[in-house]
Amino acid sequence: MAVLIYTETAKGKIKKSSLEAVNYGNHIAALTNTTATALIIGEASNDDIVALGNAGAKKILHLKNDKLASQDPQLLVIATEQAAAAENAEVIIFLHDFTGKAVAPRLSASIKAGLIAGAVSYPVLEGGFSIKKNVFSGKAIADYSITSAKKIISLLPNSFPVTLSENTAELVNFSVNLDGIESRIKVKEVKKQTAELSLPDADLVVSAGRGMRGPENWGMIEDLAKALGAATACSRPVADIGWRPHHEHVGQTGVAIRPNLYIAIGISGAIQHLAGVNGSKTIVVINKDPEAPFFKSADYGIIGDAFEIVPKLVEAAKKFKSHQN
Amino acid sequence: MKILVCISKSPDTTTKIAFKENNSQFDDAMVQYIVNPYDEWYALVRALELKETFGGNVTIINVGLAENDAIIRKALAIGADDAVRIDADPSDALYTAEQISAYAKVQNFDLILTGKETINYNGSAIGGMVAELLGLPYVSLATKLVIAVNTATIEQDIDGGTQVVECDLPLVISAAKGMAEQRIPNMRGIMAARTKSLTVVSAIDSPKLTAVKSYTLAEGRIDCKYINSSEPEKLIELLHTEAKVI
Repeated sequence: MAVLIYTETAKGKIKKSSLEAVNYGNHIAALTNTTATALIIGEASNDDIVALGNAGAKKILHLKNDKLASQDPQLLVIATEQAAAAENAEVIIFLHDFTGKAVAPRLSASIKAGLIAGAVSYPVLEGGFSIKKNVFSGKAIADYSITSAKKIISLLPNSFPVTLSENTAELVNFSVNLDGIESRIKVKEVKKQTAELSLPDADLVVSAGRGMRGPENWGMIEDLAKALGAATACSRPVADIGWRPHHEHVGQTGVAIRPNLYIAIGISGAIQHLAGVNGSKTIVVINKDPEAPFFKSADYGIIGDAFEIVPKLVEAAKKFKSHQN
Repeated sequence: MKILVCISKSPDTTTKIAFKENNSQFDDAMVQYIVNPYDEWYALVRALELKETFGGNVTIINVGLAENDAIIRKALAIGADDAVRIDADPSDALYTAEQISAYAKVQNFDLILTGKETINYNGSAIGGMVAELLGLPYVSLATKLVIAVNTATIEQDIDGGTQVVECDLPLVISAAKGMAEQRIPNMRGIMAARTKSLTVVSAIDSPKLTAVKSYTLAEGRIDCKYINSSEPEKLIELLHTEAKVI
């Protein structure tokens, strides 16, 4: 028996959210008197292996297979299923991110495992196996029970703290049988955004909306983000009229994020925008309209003109950072 | 081209969420139901555009009880040709996907489209499950879909960017913002929808593997703390000392 955790690298390094998942898996392993096994597909450095161990994996299945390079979910499912069978895993953990959304549902259908997609709590085992997830686009939380013997949980990124230990994992070179199976999906082109920080992974986010009056005024938003070490984001209207790139759009139809800090500048806070950011730990709203609905969902608010306030914040943030270093 | 579009019923995006029966059920007494926006604006409209280009047929499928007929008629009014409702409560994702794939298995669709997720349960699960049950490729979070001869070229959102993939039909695709523009049904469409075929099919036996025990509303923020606009540097201080996020 084991808890199997699907982990990934990005930009040549194990993802922070994968360490979150391993930590979470190890927590469940402790509850169920078993151990956590991490599955990693593709290249993995020694640092990645150490990090997975420190995050709580007792064993690491390292799988390299050229057929999996295309990341076709259909093949990834076959590989994950074989890993789960080899480990006799009853609980399988994914992230509720691009890969998780593509692979976890297929695996659920293949092995008839109940799936909780977007979990935000550790499971409770008293009286069955129950777990909480966000519903109604973050406006409510549902407590679900899973009744199948095999269970799949995909975690909402940034929902769980990562505690590292001195633990080291046993490394196993794992191979799977994909004879006669060819990927039907061909990747023609990958366009990665150039920003250093990917929005869903960012701990701090500075976001702005129509209140900025035009794309030429975004310099101060970028300055503030840079001073704080934050990623930049925007509201839907701003992405729709092309002031900012589409991948920066947060909200119900854009990216949903849960950073530690979300600073919203010149965004009124329509319910569809809130749905994408209300999981943020701390929300700051800067708006000249005291009636802006966003203030009702904010922890801190400044009523006033962004064009006066933001440059002062940039200076204050720079000063704060220089004192810290 | 034979296209199946899976639609779900969801409360209007501005709905105030409340629960009843000791927080075990969604209270929909005052709720206006709509076709889940991702299913309608992107999946259905792109399916109709493809039909307009290549000819063929667009079928709507929904798993739900008789009360769902109103939103199914709305999808027909937008332009789908016919509809199927599997008469069952779609409370578990795999159960729902089993119903859809049992129907689709014998129909040989060239393309199966869903929205990227529902706005009420946000699972993003049905497309992948249906693909697995039918043994088809699955391309998720698609923002662009072009079909030439028998091959689909799809742009999809990946973590931190986008990618372009190619796949031969048939396949399953989940649609995200960008794939098409919302269409408002016109009077002719609404009239025509009344007489279009809506077939009700009995559910197949399949276990439900998950169930909601209870709901709670997400915690609201305790009162917003206002900082005077003349001293915004206070904010940086509070974010460090009080919120401890920087």
